[in-house]
Amino acid sequence: MTRSEDAVFLKLDDVKKSYDQKSLVVKGFDIAVEQGEFITLLGPSGSGKTTVLMMLAGFESVTSGTISIRGKSINKTAPYKRNIGMVFQNYALFPHMTVAENLAYPLSVRGMSKADQKARIAEYLKLVELDDFGHRYPGQLSGGQMQRVALARAMIFEPTLILMDEPLGALDKKLREQMQYEITRLHEKLGFTVIYVTHDQAEALSMSDRIAVFNDGVVQQCAPPAELYERPVNAFVAEFIGENNFVEGHVERIEGGRAVVSVKGGGQIVAEAAQGLEASGRCIVSIRPEKLFIHPTSHDHDNEIEATFVARIYVGDFIRYYFRLSDGSEIVVKVLNDLSAPEFGEGDQGRLQWLISDSIAFPHDGEMPDTTG
Amino acid sequence: MAGSARDQRRLAPEDARNAAREIRAQRVRAFLFVTPLLVFIGFAFVAPIASMLFRSAYNPTVAELVPASLEALAEWDGEGQPSEAVLTQFAVDMKRLANDRTSGQLAEEINRNLPGTSSVVKSTARNLRRVEDAELASNGAALLLEANDAWGEPGIWRALRKAGKTYTTGYYLTALDLEMTRDGSIQQRDTQIYLKLYGKTLWMALIITLLTLVLGYPLAFHMAHSSTSRANFLMVFVLLPFWTSLLVRTTSWIALLQTNGVVNSALIALGLTRQPHEMLYTQFSTVIAMTHILLPFMVLPLYSVMRGIDPSFMRAALSMGSRPIPAFLRIYLPMSLPGLSAGALLVFIISVGYYITPALVGGTDGQMISNIIAFHMQQSNNWELAAALGSLLLFLIVALYWLYDRFIGAGNIKLG
Ligand SMILES: Nc1ncnc2c1ncn2[C@@H]1O[C@H](COP(=O)(O)OP(=O)(O)OP(=O)(O)O)[C@@H](O)[C@H]1O
Ligand SMILES: [Mg+2]
Repeated sequence: MTRSEDAVFLKLDDVKKSYDQKSLVVKGFDIAVEQGEFITLLGPSGSGKTTVLMMLAGFESVTSGTISIRGKSINKTAPYKRNIGMVFQNYALFPHMTVAENLAYPLSVRGMSKADQKARIAEYLKLVELDDFGHRYPGQLSGGQMQRVALARAMIFEPTLILMDEPLGALDKKLREQMQYEITRLHEKLGFTVIYVTHDQAEALSMSDRIAVFNDGVVQQCAPPAELYERPVNAFVAEFIGENNFVEGHVERIEGGRAVVSVKGGGQIVAEAAQGLEASGRCIVSIRPEKLFIHPTSHDHDNEIEATFVARIYVGDFIRYYFRLSDGSEIVVKVLNDLSAPEFGEGDQGRLQWLISDSIAFPHDGEMPDTTG
Repeated sequence: MAGSARDQRRLAPEDARNAAREIRAQRVRAFLFVTPLLVFIGFAFVAPIASMLFRSAYNPTVAELVPASLEALAEWDGEGQPSEAVLTQFAVDMKRLANDRTSGQLAEEINRNLPGTSSVVKSTARNLRRVEDAELASNGAALLLEANDAWGEPGIWRALRKAGKTYTTGYYLTALDLEMTRDGSIQQRDTQIYLKLYGKTLWMALIITLLTLVLGYPLAFHMAHSSTSRANFLMVFVLLPFWTSLLVRTTSWIALLQTNGVVNSALIALGLTRQPHEMLYTQFSTVIAMTHILLPFMVLPLYSVMRGIDPSFMRAALSMGSRPIPAFLRIYLPMSLPGLSAGALLVFIISVGYYITPALVGGTDGQMISNIIAFHMQQSNNWELAAALGSLLLFLIVALYWLYDRFIGAGNIKLG
C-alpha cells in the first residue's frame, strides 16, 4: 500500500523515547496514519505502547524524532492545545461531576454556550445509548456504561484523533465484545482517526484497519489484520498473532520465492521464503494449526511430515491434536469437530499434510520463538 | 410431602436457633474487639467531660460551709443591712469556720464575687475565734459589725448569697465576660478578658491552619506524584518531628527565636538588622512553632488522598483542552478536598486546644484559651471557672464541626 504524502494525517518519524537517559523504551517508531484510520498498537507488556500514546497526547516528551499532524510537528505543542481525545483504561471520569457535567467539561473549556452544550450532550448521550443517564454520577454507573461515557467524552469535542489505551481492559468478555462493536460503529459513523492500544489480539484483529505489532520498542510489522495473520514478516509476528507451529530446519535452496527445507528431525518440506532468508542457513517454518491436516484427508496438500500422536483435547467446536516430531518439538493440529475427526492411540504414527502456500520459512538465529504464548 | 417453595425456604425452628446463636457469637466477638477502645473512651473522655460540664455549673462549697446563714439570708430583700438574726447566725458560723480552719475557703469564694473582701472575711474569722458561744449567741451581730464594718454594707451579703447558690450560671457568665446585675439582667463586664482570648485563639488557629495548608499542600502534592522511593524518603522528613519529643521541638524554637538566638544572630551577621528582634514570647513565636509541630497532621491526610488520585484524571482534563491551572482547580482540587478538609479540621481543632507550645514560647501575648484554663486550675484554684471555659471551648468546637458538616459535609473527611 502506498500513501501519498498529503493523504497522511498523522506521522511518527523515527520517534525514540528514553525515560532514564540510558536505555530506549521506544526505538525508532515510524508510522504514517491516514485520516479516519483505525490503527491498533499490539504488543507484549512493557513493549512501549502506552509510552507511544503518552507522547502522542503530549504527556511525555519525545526524546528524538518528530510527531506531526498534517505535516506540522507537534513535538512542542502543549497537551491542551493538541485537540486529541483520550480514553483511559480506568475511564478517568471525574467522580465529582455528573455524566452530563463530565461531557460538558471539554465544551465549556472551549467556551461553547450553555444551550449548544446541552444539545451536543444530548446528541452524544443518544449516540452511546445512555439518553437518561445525564444526571447520574460515574459511581452510579456500571463498567460498560462508564466506558461509554468515557468514549462519548473523548469524542464530544470532535477531536481529529482519539487515543485509547486498553479501554476495554477492565470489562468482562461479553461486555467487551459489545463495546468492541460499539467503538467500531462509532468510528464508522463519525470518521475520526483512532490509535488503539490493546493486549487482546482478537480485539485487534476484529476492530482495526491496520495493526502495528510492537516488540521491544520497535514496530515488527504494520499491516491490515488479514495480512498480518496470513503473511507475517518475521517469526515474532507469526508467533505473536494467533497460534502457530514451528518446525526447525536447514535451507537447502531457494527457488522462485520458495525454500526447500530439510527438517531437523528428518524429511524435506517446501515453504514460502520470508524476507531475509538465505540459502544454506538455518530456518524455522511456521504452519498454523488450522492449516494442518491429518492423513487421510480430502484437502489439497503438497507437504507432508511424520509425527507421533501425543494427546487429543476436546474443546467443543474443535478438537486439538498434539503430535511430536522426531526432534522432540511439539505440533498442534486443529480439526473441526465433525465425523472426519480421526481416532488415535498414544504412540501411533500419523502423517501431517499442508499446502506450501500456508507455510513460511523465516531466518532463524538459533532461538525458538516461545510457542507456549 | 414437601410443601410449597415458600415453605421450603423458611427456616426450621432448629435452624433459626442455630442462626441466632451464630449471630450472637459474632456480636460478642465484635464487641470484644472494641472493648479496650470503649473503656478508654469511657474513662479518659466521657467521664472527664461529663465531670467538667457538671463542675462548670455546680458549686456547693459555700452552701456546705454556711448553710444556716444562707437560709437566714434568704429572707433578706437585698437592700441595706440584713436583720440582726442573720448577722448573729453568721457570727456563729464564722466562729465555727475559724476553728475548723475553713474560713479561708469562704473568703476565697466571696472574694470571687466581690474582689477585696477576702481580708474582711479572714480578719473577722480571726476576731470571732476566741469569743464564748453564749456571748456570740446573744450579741453576735454587734460583735460582727465591730470586727469589720463592711458587714454593715449590703454588698458583701449579696456576694455571699450569690456564692451560696449550689447551681449557678455565674461561671459561664464570667467565661463570656458577662455579669448579673442586682436586678437580674445580664450586662457586659468592664474588663473583657475571655471573649478576646477566645477570639485570639480562633484567629491563631485559623492562621496556623492556613499556614500548614500553604506549606503542606504543595509538599503532599509533590510527594504523591513522585516515585515511591522518593515519597518514602520525604515521608521520613515529614514524620521526623514525631520521633522527637514535643517538648524538645518546642524548646528548640526557644533556642532559635530568643533575643540572642540563632535567628537573630544570623540576621545580624548578615547585616539585615542592627538590633535583635524580639521574636520569642510573642504571638508570632506561638504561630510559627505550632505550624511546625502541626504540619504532619496536614500533610498525612492530604498525601494519602492525593496518592489515590490517578494521574489520568488530570491528563483527561488536559487532553480535553483545559489549561493546567483551571484543570487543577476544577478537577484536582475537588478530588483532594477530602484530605484537605480532614487535615484542616485536624490542625484547627488541635490548635484551638493547644497548651504546651503557647505556654513555653507564647509569653503573655501568645497565650491561648487553654493556657488560661490551666491558670485557673493550677494557680487561682477556680476549677469551676476553668470547667466553664473548657465547656465553652467544647461547645465552640462542636458548633464549628456542625457548621462544617452543614456546608461541606463531614462525609467528605478522609484520614487515610
Ligand atoms: N514513567 C516512566 N518512567 C520510567 N520508565 C517507564 C515509565 N513508564 C514506562 N516505563 C518503562 O517503559 C517501558 C514501556 O512501558 P509502557 O507502559 O509503554 O509499556 P506498555 O507496552 O504500555 O505495557 P503494558 O501492555 O503492560 O501496558 C517499560 O519497561 C516500563 O517499565
Ligand atoms: Mg500500557
